Amino acid sequence: MDFSNFLWMRDELSLLAVILVLFLYDTFATEKSRRAFSWVACLLLAVQTAFLFVNPATGEAFGGMYQTSPVINIVKIVLNIGTLLVLIQANVWAKSPDMQVRRGEFYVLTLMTLLGMYLMISSGNFLLFFIGLEMASLPLTALVAIEKYHQLSYEAAAKYVFVALFSSSLMLLGISFVYGAVGTLYFEDIAASLVGTPLLYVGLVLFLAGMGFKISIVPFHLWTADVYQGAPTSITAYLSVISKGAAAFALMVVLFKVFSSVAAVWQPVLWGLIVITITIGNLFAVRQKNLKRFMAFSSISQAGYILLGVIAGSAVGMTSLIYYVLVYVFSNLAVFGVISVIENATGKVDMDDYNGLYRTNPKLSVALMLALFSLAGIPPFAGFFSKFFIFYAAVEEGFYVLVFIALLNTIISLYYYLLVVKAMFIRQDDCVIPTIQSDGASKLSISLCVLGVLLVGLISGIYSSIVPLSFGM
Amino acid sequence: MIYYVVVSTLMFFAGVYGFVTRHNLLAILISLELMLNAVDINFVVFNRYLFPGQLEGFFFTLFAVAIAAAETAIAIAIIINIYRNIRNINVDNVDKMKY
Repeated sequence: MDFSNFLWMRDELSLLAVILVLFLYDTFATEKSRRAFSWVACLLLAVQTAFLFVNPATGEAFGGMYQTSPVINIVKIVLNIGTLLVLIQANVWAKSPDMQVRRGEFYVLTLMTLLGMYLMISSGNFLLFFIGLEMASLPLTALVAIEKYHQLSYEAAAKYVFVALFSSSLMLLGISFVYGAVGTLYFEDIAASLVGTPLLYVGLVLFLAGMGFKISIVPFHLWTADVYQGAPTSITAYLSVISKGAAAFALMVVLFKVFSSVAAVWQPVLWGLIVITITIGNLFAVRQKNLKRFMAFSSISQAGYILLGVIAGSAVGMTSLIYYVLVYVFSNLAVFGVISVIENATGKVDMDDYNGLYRTNPKLSVALMLALFSLAGIPPFAGFFSKFFIFYAAVEEGFYVLVFIALLNTIISLYYYLLVVKAMFIRQDDCVIPTIQSDGASKLSISLCVLGVLLVGLISGIYSSIVPLSFGM
Repeated sequence: MIYYVVVSTLMFFAGVYGFVTRHNLLAILISLELMLNAVDINFVVFNRYLFPGQLEGFFFTLFAVAIAAAETAIAIAIIINIYRNIRNINVDNVDKMKY
């Protein structure tokens, strides 16, 4: 047997090595030497990110089952950066007495889902795609349930696991119809012999529905708010950024590679989905009082914006999607960083609790404000540039009405993001949150995120370095 | 071949019906298993009757069975955790978060 095929999978293998080292460390280390566990985990992941950066692989292995290219490598790096930020952020929470015993599991399971996402985005066959997807979502259900004595946590886990199972069986049915229509599961072979039969269309729609659950597009979004509210904040951050970004990119790769010849069928479907996703996500976010639920609906509408890059179907669309996810990583993780610092110190997550926060915690307030401005897309921050590029990609392909609706929705989103800013800076309250002395890890991750929000938009080299690598339909 | 596909479709939608109407978490899980196994029948039938020269559908079924087992294990773990906490696995008691 030829083992050199595994060399192409060095991204996955290096991550697997990190996971194994951490697992053994967690199992065999003494109580005293385990104290450095969190930092060792972050360091190993950082080293692995650097390895991805210097050593990109291009090619395919196992007869086209596994594919990798520079653009897929960049997506993996973006996912790694986000995971690294989440891990740094989770440091305090993972050291809390409640979590102490399960700390190792948190890191190993998180990296395991990352490995699943790697497989999902670089698969060249529906079998590997499905295995990667399940590997990404099954450990996540365990992570959502990790605070197992908190009612919200296990309720969220129950909702998440059943919705995940339901959506993956819908997707499996879709894949089985595609298999019945074409007779192969390899992306390239399907694309070569694709004929638009009714069986294929049913399969395509079911597949879209299954992916819609994962990305939380609107008619399939009902689990999002509950799971985001109930899960521990670090897991919520991970769910809202990394798993959503990976699923969106995987959907785009499949639509481009496999279903590009029936684009006339899925583009109108996606058009409608984007419109209701953005609109309903925004309208429901306005009435939320709990900040984690609020961020859930905000992330639903952001998913709609991300899909604008998919519907464009061009190389520009792919570039702007990756760029959007990168910026979204920084802005959203800054918000969740501030939320988790305040939640760890005081246990408060409601918007009314943030009244007068600027008086007592000016740095946290400014960080949260910058991140919210970036999410809303106000000019000097990175969020403006990412929205600009993604709208540009859609306009270039002639989706004028769609972009107009998205623009109108940006105004609604500005309104509710400013509600939080107003609570912090203008409204007063008698029982303001006291001054919080945050620890080094949270400071590091929040300042890295704010730095990203400020700089990623201004350093134009980031966008233009992705351009030559991406491909369209 | 059409009879097998009819069986699998009936199984799938019986699963969907159970998923929507049942109030017991274990019954919901059983409905989900029905859906997953209906899909496996689909794969095997398509492979056997439409593309008899190859094995891709059979392989997919094997992997799908293994993954479905893992999913069931995790779902049952979560259900047991709920039972330990509230001594009950009725969905009406797991509804603290709404809207």
